[in-house]
Amino acid sequence: MKSLEELKAIREKMQGQVGVRSENENGTRVVVGMATCGIASGARPVLNELVKQVNDRKLSDVSVTQTGCIGLCQYEPIVEVYKPGEEKVTYVKMTADKAVEVLEKHVLGGTVVEDYTLNKIKL
Amino acid sequence: MLPEISLNVLDIAQNSIKAGATLVEIEVARKPEEKRLMLSITDNGCGMDEEQLEHVIDPFFTSRSTRKIGLGVPFLKQAAEASGGDFSITSEKDVGTQVKATFHTDHIDCMPLGDINSTIFSLVTINEQLDFTYTYKVNDRQFTLDTREIREILGDVSFQNPDVTSFLRAYLSENQLEVEQQ
Repeated sequence: MKSLEELKAIREKMQGQVGVRSENENGTRVVVGMATCGIASGARPVLNELVKQVNDRKLSDVSVTQTGCIGLCQYEPIVEVYKPGEEKVTYVKMTADKAVEVLEKHVLGGTVVEDYTLNKIKL
Repeated sequence: MLPEISLNVLDIAQNSIKAGATLVEIEVARKPEEKRLMLSITDNGCGMDEEQLEHVIDPFFTSRSTRKIGLGVPFLKQAAEASGGDFSITSEKDVGTQVKATFHTDHIDCMPLGDINSTIFSLVTINEQLDFTYTYKVNDRQFTLDTREIREILGDVSFQNPDVTSFLRAYLSENQLEVEQQ
């Protein structure tokens, strides 16, 4: 049975480093809709991939959070990107792969991936 | 309908989070010989009064104000009952809520448990301010993940730290396999 013992080593390794993800007001927030509609449409792999990418890439100024139903259930999974000083961008019908693309091009690269945005589809 | 039991777990746990719970306890217990899977989700959130409780299994009831439909609880009830199993929800105002479901795993309409470890992983890493316990049982073998224990060891190290997330994934999958080996 795998025990919690290994966590102690991780703790020691992190000692002295900034380990806590502080709610950085100047950082980018990536928000995934995780209500019934989002979950049913595949939000779980999108959320988990974003968490994984942000951590693997050690992006300390990007936080991944969740929210409830955004009210556009037919377009779930929805990911909203809030960059400081910029207007919110809503991405619809996301997949884990599309989310990585948005992370690379928009969150890191600064270019909105227009093809996946809510504005692009006809309401 | 949600295609996996584990997605229902994720969804029901969101209700607990919205209810302001500080501790959510999730248990999945399997009895392969009896062809049963038992699920329970218990929280210490704000709970519901009798009137709300009466309506919670009605799809056209929701605590949301944006729309008049709430499908989370009805989905789980429907999924359990479709397999010939049972569903119950009990709640007490200011104390908490418990949702229980039993599935008959040999029924053709019983959906698979699915990737329960992904559900637990999502809940734990994205709601770091809350505590979760997750117990997975097969007959009398079991393991538990308790974020209070993890928090105590980690101190101020984030659950989203890459080393911690890899540990959590491995902890869930390795222990699940071990419990399943009879």
